Amino acid sequence: MADMKIGAYICKGCGLGERLDCDELATIAQRDGKAQVVQQHDFLCSAEGVKMIQADIDNEGINRVVIGACSRRAKTEAFNFQNVTISRANLREGVIWIRPDEDDLRETTQEMAADYIRMGCAEAKHSTVPASEQEKGSNDTILVVGGGITGMTAAIEAAKTGYPVHIVEKTGSLGGYAGKMWKDVPMHSPYTDPVDTPVTKLIAEVEADSRITVHLNATISKTSGAPGRFSADISTESGATTTENFGAIIQASGATPYDASQLPELGYGKSKDVVDRVELEQLAIAANGGPIKRPSDGKEVKKVTFIQCAGQRSDKEGHLNYCSGDCCLTSIKQAMYFKDQNPDIETEILFDDLRTPGAPGEDFYRSGQDKLVTFRKGKVSEVVAGSNGPLVRFKDMILDEDVEEEADLVVLATGMVANSGVDIDAVPQNEPGEWEVSVDSILNLNYRQGKDLPHLKYGFNDSHFICFPYETRRTGIYTCGPVRRPMDTQQAIDDATGATLKAIQEIENAKVGRAAHPRSGDLSYPIFRKEGCTQCKRCTVECPFGAIDEDEKRFPVFNESRCRRCGTCMGACPVRVISFENYSCDTVGQQIKNVDIPDEFDEKPRILVLACENDAYPALDMAAQQGVSYSQFARIIPVRCLGSVNTIWVTDALNSGYDGIILMGCQKGDDYQCHFVKGSEMANVRMSKVDDTLETLSLEKERVETYEIAITDIERAPKLINDMAEAVEKMGMSPFKF
Amino acid sequence: MAKHSYSFYPGCSSQKAASSSNYQVSVDTMCQELDIELNEIPDWNCCSASIGYAGGGELPRLALSARNIALSEQAHGDQDIVATCAACWLATRETQERLNEDSELMAETNTALAEAGLKLKNDKKIRHMVEVLIEDIGYEELGKHVKKPLEGLKIAGYVGCQTNRPFGIAGESFENPKYLDKMIETVGAEACDNYEKKVSCCGGALAFSEPEKSQALIKDIIESAYDNGADMIVTPCPVCQMNTEVYQDQINATYGTKFKMPVVYYSTLLSVAYGKSAKEAALDGQIIKAKQLEDIAGK
Amino acid sequence: MSNYNQEMIDKYRGNFLKEVQDNVEEGDWVKMCMQCGVCSGSCPLGPHWDHPPQEIFMMIRAGKREEVLESTSMWMCTSCYNCIARCPRGLPITHIMHGLATYSKRLGLAPQQQPTAKFAQLFWDNLTKKGRVNELKLGLSLYFMNGIGEGIKTSLKMKDIGLNMLKTKRMSPMEYFGGHSCKDTKGFQAMLKKAQELEEARIGKSGS
Ligand code: SF4
Ligand code: SF4
Ligand code: SF4
Ligand code: SF4
Ligand code: SF4
Ligand code: SF4
Repeated sequence: MADMKIGAYICKGCGLGERLDCDELATIAQRDGKAQVVQQHDFLCSAEGVKMIQADIDNEGINRVVIGACSRRAKTEAFNFQNVTISRANLREGVIWIRPDEDDLRETTQEMAADYIRMGCAEAKHSTVPASEQEKGSNDTILVVGGGITGMTAAIEAAKTGYPVHIVEKTGSLGGYAGKMWKDVPMHSPYTDPVDTPVTKLIAEVEADSRITVHLNATISKTSGAPGRFSADISTESGATTTENFGAIIQASGATPYDASQLPELGYGKSKDVVDRVELEQLAIAANGGPIKRPSDGKEVKKVTFIQCAGQRSDKEGHLNYCSGDCCLTSIKQAMYFKDQNPDIETEILFDDLRTPGAPGEDFYRSGQDKLVTFRKGKVSEVVAGSNGPLVRFKDMILDEDVEEEADLVVLATGMVANSGVDIDAVPQNEPGEWEVSVDSILNLNYRQGKDLPHLKYGFNDSHFICFPYETRRTGIYTCGPVRRPMDTQQAIDDATGATLKAIQEIENAKVGRAAHPRSGDLSYPIFRKEGCTQCKRCTVECPFGAIDEDEKRFPVFNESRCRRCGTCMGACPVRVISFENYSCDTVGQQIKNVDIPDEFDEKPRILVLACENDAYPALDMAAQQGVSYSQFARIIPVRCLGSVNTIWVTDALNSGYDGIILMGCQKGDDYQCHFVKGSEMANVRMSKVDDTLETLSLEKERVETYEIAITDIERAPKLINDMAEAVEKMGMSPFKF
Repeated sequence: MAKHSYSFYPGCSSQKAASSSNYQVSVDTMCQELDIELNEIPDWNCCSASIGYAGGGELPRLALSARNIALSEQAHGDQDIVATCAACWLATRETQERLNEDSELMAETNTALAEAGLKLKNDKKIRHMVEVLIEDIGYEELGKHVKKPLEGLKIAGYVGCQTNRPFGIAGESFENPKYLDKMIETVGAEACDNYEKKVSCCGGALAFSEPEKSQALIKDIIESAYDNGADMIVTPCPVCQMNTEVYQDQINATYGTKFKMPVVYYSTLLSVAYGKSAKEAALDGQIIKAKQLEDIAGK
Repeated sequence: MSNYNQEMIDKYRGNFLKEVQDNVEEGDWVKMCMQCGVCSGSCPLGPHWDHPPQEIFMMIRAGKREEVLESTSMWMCTSCYNCIARCPRGLPITHIMHGLATYSKRLGLAPQQQPTAKFAQLFWDNLTKKGRVNELKLGLSLYFMNGIGEGIKTSLKMKDIGLNMLKTKRMSPMEYFGGHSCKDTKGFQAMLKKAQELEEARIGKSGS
């Protein structure tokens, strides 16, 4: 790239011209910011303004553009210049909108603007234009793991869009769990009667589609690579292994019915006439629309009792402590098997809470009631042998009485356990060079962080459930169906469609070397200076997406197309050898350093706010739009993720005389909202160590605060800044101002 | 403003020398001022309120209101039916809806009506007087007639049950209807915004058969009006009015309270604000005198 | 009446829900209750009910025929319509309560001494006589419904209220002699009689 040439453009529109001394800002850009070209414009985002900048790029060789105008989140289409870096000094949302227009405040408002101009120029000086990653992959084929309803739907959707698919199914036939059902819960209005499962139709579609290849009795013994260039070893029972290449992977490995033999107190295993939900389906298939007969003596069932939440939603050893989500609907459906055949059969559903999520839920429940299925809020204590069939003892929670009832058949509404492979946080990883296949693993990834997708809770695979379902913590690998959360057929079908779209999107991204969500389209990627690396492994361990492997000498190996550009590795690296072309320890560090720090006795403190660009920064912008104000002493720098915050920034800021530092990131933990899943959690761990720094500097702990901010915290985020300003006033100015 | 004409169903309690005869007086006054013409349904009968069920089955009870509707159709077929009593309105409107939903019931009802030489079309709206005021006259017009704003009065708008549920006034919520408050403000008084017993039950007809239990409910209704600083309660329902007014002495005796809270009809309130005399506003019908209103009316 | 009760017992053989569906006003809705309890929590006299509405619906489904029909519960309904306004399942609860009361009365199972049951009957008798309610007579018969002794006691207790009503001309002793009435009492009564017959025929039909 040619020499660096900074052009700074200061807008006077949107009231900036009236509120600020723009001539002075121009001088600062020139003098402090070392901008070679500085221009002011009355309406920078207008066609004319944009043309002016473009002309400088074309004629003056400007390749670092600094725009002193509105927030980086505004006017992105107008200021979309190619082959240059773009820095935005936020004078509108960041200065004039959050400061009252009063004469005696003009000075500090102007100082704020001046700092943002300096910061913008500093960032520009230390950025380079990102060239896309070099590891582009162009494979179009999608690997679908699992041949149940979810997997087949995903395969069909992908094939219909033109992408070739391989389905790898562990058993000898397609259909999965739903393939063993007599009927399914209806998926279209009217939600009144059980319907045929979509399995037969889906199998026919799969078999008819020449773009879909099916591997039965097959598992995956190794997956390696990255989006656009995955490679998978597909092994069949016979021992044969073929290797295929893929652009993206959809994991639809589903769930396994809970083992009811762990429920002797409910009579399972003791009486043949106590069955689980899978066995009831078999009885119904055997009856083929005729009367359902009980297993013990083949007697036609005249009374059937369903026990909900069998071994579920319970803390007892061996029980599932979550709700499997579909067993209430399943019991309603199964009760209808009886009622539809003969309305005189007594069907009773004993529930604690009846949960019927999804589109058919409430209507289907009503239909069950309409068919005179009896729903009774009852807590079952035990099922024992009665004289003519199993005897159910329960407490009616509405009538507050103990009841004993005999039935011909008892059905346990048992739950589902996700087929999510090994829990990589619980099992040790293979050391580099010693990788081995695991029979418990679904994907057998050769990634340094482990063989399967990370689990979140209750053994379900982590997918960004709050904002971006299907997005797992392995780029290019998507989960759908009950492997990521409990769900019924209809939801699994919708899920599969969504995951397919994601997979396709990723294949297309990989071709051009662009980042996936949430930094969609970002061309930068982590660059690593091997010479400086101490092999500390932090980046490898902390990367939320398992993008970094290790070579045999224990140096990190970056897999750029697995990377989501969160910068967590950059924040983790103690020797700061990881950076992006347009985002690095320097681009932020130099912004921090270029803020003018007034003398201790000026009584003008400086508060550094490192705000996550996904939630906190937009929240502050919105606060500005709504006319909320915050301290004139705050200087806000957006960061990609709190995870990218390197402690050096904090240490440097404290050393150079900042009086307070606020870190704003997304919610962490199991119910995270962090766009990079683990970034804000990592940052939190790191920041807990900042206390030591504060101590060595003899500074108060309260000078550095970390907060979880949601995009809706429009009042709270500014308030936290003001709180810090107040705290600083109480503690006094930092003594480190030179 | 053009004259508004309605077919009027007064109901038993508004008859001369019946428990809400005072309501009728103030309604007449108010209607005169607002140019509302009420044409009484000839030979109407009792609607059986909501307490006829012990003696009467479903069909006989429906037949009662059906007869009234049929008579109205015969006499003033082009007019909506208006009732002032909540129970009358409810029973009549409920009948209309039930019969329109169920053709079998409709046929049976008509067979019964034939015995009285009547036939039911069931196509005119059944409305409460409050609906007429809000929808046909409008708050603005209601305000225009105010000659003596009721300034300085704080009034708790007690909507009660049956004017509010299950039909209620269009656009109002069941849990916090605002129309009485708006009327109070229209006549220049202050409404108790947070009157939490606004839609609580007064016991209805059970005030007769279960006096202790009902009076416990009534006590809360009045107490809350006091807690909200009310000078008086205003209500659109004769059962509410009667229950909250006449038992106050007994409640005082039972609970050691010192209630003396006037309970007036909205029509009384409007009449006074419209500059009518105490007699025209039926203030003489108050068992607990509404002294402040009398003063204004006397000015 | 008790024959009628036996007839129904024989006919439904323990399937009380079905019996309610066939014979009680809006009884078809009972099965649709989802046991959320909102109605019970909304009922003004709820604490005085042996079994608030939610429980009544569960008892019907659990086949507790006598317990339901003999209970005083339905007679505690003030017709406030709170439950109807709030029931998430849209059950016409008020009407079901009235319907259950009517049905229990018809079967001869309604509690004999329940004051509202008596009052409701008095009210009906009063109104059907002349087509309009005679408040004075209704009031007096109410106070004397438990016999002369009780009646005098109640009347004394109520006398102040009566006096107040008289003073404000909201009650008149003249009512006792005649009072308000429909003109076409004949047609009125014929209509009611017909309605009664039709209804009985309908119940008979479902009873066969
Ligand atoms: S929107 Fe931004 S660039 Fe456009 S005039 Fe306003 S501040 Fe300037
Ligand atoms: S879906 Fe129903 S039966 Fe299954 S765990 Fe949840 S509440 Fe229990
Ligand atoms: S930590 Fe983030 S930026 Fe670093 S390699 Fe992983 S995904 Fe990429
Ligand atoms: S964090 Fe930095 S020093 Fe540690 S292994 Fe990664 S690149 Fe090397
Ligand atoms: S509110 Fe409705 S659904 Fe809930 S318990 Fe009562 S009747 Fe049943
Ligand atoms: S209408 Fe009857 S059952 Fe319903 S809440 Fe009111 S009193 Fe209770």
